[in-house]
Amino acid sequence: MPATPIRFYTFAAPQRFYGLAGALIPWLWAATVILTAIGLYIGFFVAPTDATQGESYRIIFIHVPAAWMSMLLYLVMAFWAAIGWAFNARLASMVARAIAPTGAVFTFLALWTGAFWGKPTWGTWWVWDARLTSELILLFLYLGYMALVAAIDDPRRGDQAGALLAVVGAVNVPIIYFSVQWWNTLHQGATISMTAAPKMASTMLTAMLVMTFAFWAYAFAVVFMRTRAIVLEREAHTDWVGALAVVNKG
Amino acid sequence: MSGGVFGAIVARDLRLAARRRVEALLPIAFFVVAVSLFPLGIGPEPQTLRQIAPGVVWVCALLAAMLSLTQLYGGDHADGSLEQMLLSGESGFVVAAAKALSHWIVTGLPLVLAAPVFGLLFDLSGAALLALAISLLLGTPILSLLGGLGAALTLGLRSGGVLLILLILPLCIPALIFGTGAVGAVEAGLSARAHYSLLGALLIATGLLAPLATAAALRIALE
Repeated sequence: MPATPIRFYTFAAPQRFYGLAGALIPWLWAATVILTAIGLYIGFFVAPTDATQGESYRIIFIHVPAAWMSMLLYLVMAFWAAIGWAFNARLASMVARAIAPTGAVFTFLALWTGAFWGKPTWGTWWVWDARLTSELILLFLYLGYMALVAAIDDPRRGDQAGALLAVVGAVNVPIIYFSVQWWNTLHQGATISMTAAPKMASTMLTAMLVMTFAFWAYAFAVVFMRTRAIVLEREAHTDWVGALAVVNKG
Repeated sequence: MSGGVFGAIVARDLRLAARRRVEALLPIAFFVVAVSLFPLGIGPEPQTLRQIAPGVVWVCALLAAMLSLTQLYGGDHADGSLEQMLLSGESGFVVAAAKALSHWIVTGLPLVLAAPVFGLLFDLSGAALLALAISLLLGTPILSLLGGLGAALTLGLRSGGVLLILLILPLCIPALIFGTGAVGAVEAGLSARAHYSLLGALLIATGLLAPLATAAALRIALE
């Protein structure tokens, strides 16, 4: 390929994105492993024991980053789906599809670790509390999106319908959140706030942030891998994918 | 002209429903049977029944409204009249709003009328029955509007019916919360006004946005 100057849209072409993502994936996995190791080490061995919750609080280092990622990824997914729909950008729609399973996994992880945390601290696996319920509903929204795009055979229609559903879901998330919050609240308040001074030890905060970056790297790595698979599937008729298959066959 | 098209679609759907009466009454029959099952499953203690009544009636109404949605656009899509409606030059918003209204008149309104009767079976007080009817009156149009969106998104899909329910139920949760909350507030001796206001606000917002989204979904489905 002749050297073309890199512009804003350079990597919106599926072929170039395929190459770029392929080059980045090993680095992202390396970052995931290293950051997870550091984050878990700080979280399990360096951070002090909590005064009231003992050791059981340590699941926070997985629970909170997973919950953050689950909510953020829904918005990111809706954003790329909407871009793909509005500007007919194929790659954006593919990325949106690739994000959905990762977001659902993080949502499930947040719920599951929350249950593990709830058992020793609240004495129960599950309570119908506002934040838990919202997270559960978020999981339903992810499942609905995945079920819808999977049910539509025509990829273009699937992308567009999925985008519409994701946007409607994103508009509804705050409404659902506040209605559920009004309905019942038991969950402890947000531990980290942008406006108030952090209430937790700085090592705990460090561990949590490192784990968040680890989850970010993981999300990027997995989403890129999944996007590459979708690109190959959708572009199977093109010359460059054909050439790729020949090269790989040797 | 838009009033003319709106009225024509509603009148046509009502006439169609009147010619297939049994089919139109199925959601109500489902509602009646489903609500009657709860006392059998839970036990006949009036205290318990009174406590769960608003939730049971609301959830059953929600499911009954969902059941009849697959046919909202399905029939018109199959015989091509949906395409004609959208090609008529009228905005998709009007078509979607008219379809939602006719769905509500056929399904939602009978539910609003039937619900207080079933509230009696659950030993609800007069004030609570009134609150139940008002909350359903405000809430069931929301279900029809959101359901129209789900029906348009799943138009023509193999597993459309179940998928529709999976897509739309999470979006209906706020209506469910405020609807049952209104009855709960009256039962507890409080005013249900705040709940009515929120339901009304939800209805207005849904009424403005859902037909827009439905029209977009119909265009995607028919492209």
